[in-house]
Amino acid sequence: MENLLQQLLNGITWGSIYALIALGYTMVYGVLKLINFAHGEVYMVGAMTGYYAAHALGVASTPSLGALLLVLLVSMLACGLLGALIERVAYRPLRGAGRLAPLITAIGVSLLLQNAGQLVFGADPKFFPALLRSEELVRVGGIAVSNIQVAVLATAIALMAALQYVVRRTRFGRAMRAVSYDAPAAALMGVPVDRVILGTFVLGSMLAAAAGILVGLSNPKIDPLMGLMPGLKAFVAAVLGGIGSVPGAMVGGLLLGVIETLVTGYLSSTYRDAIAFVILVLILLVRPTGLFGAPQTEKV
Amino acid sequence: MRGAWLTGAVCGASLAFVLACGGGERASNAIVVGHVASMTGDTATFGRSADQGMRMAIEKINAAGGALGKPIELVTEDDRSVTEEARTAAQKLIQRDQVVALLGEVASSRSLAAAPEAQRAQVPMISPGSTNPKVTEVGDYVFRACFIDPFQGAVMARFAVEELQAKRVAILFDFKQDYSVGLAEFFRETATKLGAEIVADERYTSGDIEFRAQLTTIRAAKPDAIFVPGYYTELGLIAKQARELGIDVPLLGGDGWDSEKTIEIGGAAVEGYYFSTHYAADSDSPRVQAFVSEFQTKYGATPDAMAALGYDTALILADALARAGTTDGAKLRDAIASTSGFEGVTGKISMDPQRNARKDAVVLKIAGGKFRYHKTVSAE
Repeated sequence: MENLLQQLLNGITWGSIYALIALGYTMVYGVLKLINFAHGEVYMVGAMTGYYAAHALGVASTPSLGALLLVLLVSMLACGLLGALIERVAYRPLRGAGRLAPLITAIGVSLLLQNAGQLVFGADPKFFPALLRSEELVRVGGIAVSNIQVAVLATAIALMAALQYVVRRTRFGRAMRAVSYDAPAAALMGVPVDRVILGTFVLGSMLAAAAGILVGLSNPKIDPLMGLMPGLKAFVAAVLGGIGSVPGAMVGGLLLGVIETLVTGYLSSTYRDAIAFVILVLILLVRPTGLFGAPQTEKV
Repeated sequence: MRGAWLTGAVCGASLAFVLACGGGERASNAIVVGHVASMTGDTATFGRSADQGMRMAIEKINAAGGALGKPIELVTEDDRSVTEEARTAAQKLIQRDQVVALLGEVASSRSLAAAPEAQRAQVPMISPGSTNPKVTEVGDYVFRACFIDPFQGAVMARFAVEELQAKRVAILFDFKQDYSVGLAEFFRETATKLGAEIVADERYTSGDIEFRAQLTTIRAAKPDAIFVPGYYTELGLIAKQARELGIDVPLLGGDGWDSEKTIEIGGAAVEGYYFSTHYAADSDSPRVQAFVSEFQTKYGATPDAMAALGYDTALILADALARAGTTDGAKLRDAIASTSGFEGVTGKISMDPQRNARKDAVVLKIAGGKFRYHKTVSAE
């Protein structure tokens, strides 16, 4: 029993990283009906920025909560800019060019960032500085809860709550929902569609950057190709939750993390990746709109 | 139009320049030896250390007049720690550089990818550090300068059961690496024979970063020791996550841990762990001490086992070249096969009929952020 609880804790922590990445996929899909396949690479750049920022700011060897928050902030800002740049350069010129062209561009941007990453950061893995000194915080029965797990979960929950606030309670969030619901109509109502799309990319990229920092904190090996698999998995998580749905991406990410952990813990890690993609196929067959996605009727 | 023409001309000229530079510069009479190495990627220290060791040995050989009166030139081809690329690297060295012999790889999966190329071209190949038995079974042109895993696995199983008094042992291995799969298998075999129980047998994949699920399962099985026969990058992460989960029994491993990165990544988490390897830099043998101090002067770092094996590998090749009296593949192969009683840094090296070097193993303990000699296990 306590074993199961420990595995659930492991899974939720791991899944919260997927959830943060999945949010970026789902938000961009919401406003643009585009799968931004370069999103996993933004997550990689987030982790790399954190690595260099920690060293440049001199906090790499002085673990503290302040150091973590500082690095998190720097990386989120940098990736927000990167997200805006990607949208402006790679997607906006293709607005109205159908759905296939931006999808191919997305793959292009993804490859560009992977290879530029290898060129700039080097192909060797880097080891993320310990921004928190890992220690066992509490032990309830046989369940060990480390401060790292708490930090990852707390940061992820805080960011998701902040996102919910932005989407539900602010003018920008209302504009975003309007564009997502019907972009041409929103434009007619005076919503600056292009600016909303740009803002959506910035928000999504900031969350991906946060995921990169959190993974650096709990699994401190980072390299230029690290975005590939988590990018795909987060895409599965977004589809699982219902692509376009913000709560769906959160639940989908957590669920995928828990499923992966349970499969690894109770079956074998050999099946772990396969299961994630079997889930994708099953959802597309059985419930293509995902857990939270509303079935859409084609407008004629 | 004019602009396009100009761009084309500039591109053409620079391409020609690059091509011209790529081919030239080789001393026309040099004996060219290839090195397939992981100079970058997840196990970069293996390739780099081996390469440094080889270059140091070759420099000494050349200073003493070279082999067959000619200087030896080492051409290193990076495989980025990727299995499939080791084959391509071997092909490049054999076809483009026309090497007389191939040195490398350290990781067994990559040696297994490269070896068929050497065998087909009848170019002798010596792996400095691949310990999986299958490597030299590829063919009679494939050698290794180190012991094999049935021995290494037994060494650590004996160590766990007899010295650490472990009755319940868990295994966590990398099922994508032949090295790790093989070493886990031989460990399992000996440990069971000695009366220990394998209470958990978990696996991961090279490149994984999250191991908490496997470690939680292992923790629930309450082992006395955990055998992790993987490479250093994953080991560092595994050690950290194990400590976070409150696992305080020792982790044991093989020569895949032998890298300064183990300590850089693992930090305090790897303290008190043990692993088997090919040599101890803090051994009091004068031969080892001379090598260590020379290496330190040259590269400013303490040589790890792959550096020592790389050094020995290059010397074995030079010795065989001298005895063969030619660079002809078949004759060179025979000369390497008859290597006997060669005094290397990593011990006395004799090739057995299966083209493996029979050598002692050492067990090192990680203490105070350093690898410390613990004991020697004889191959006899």
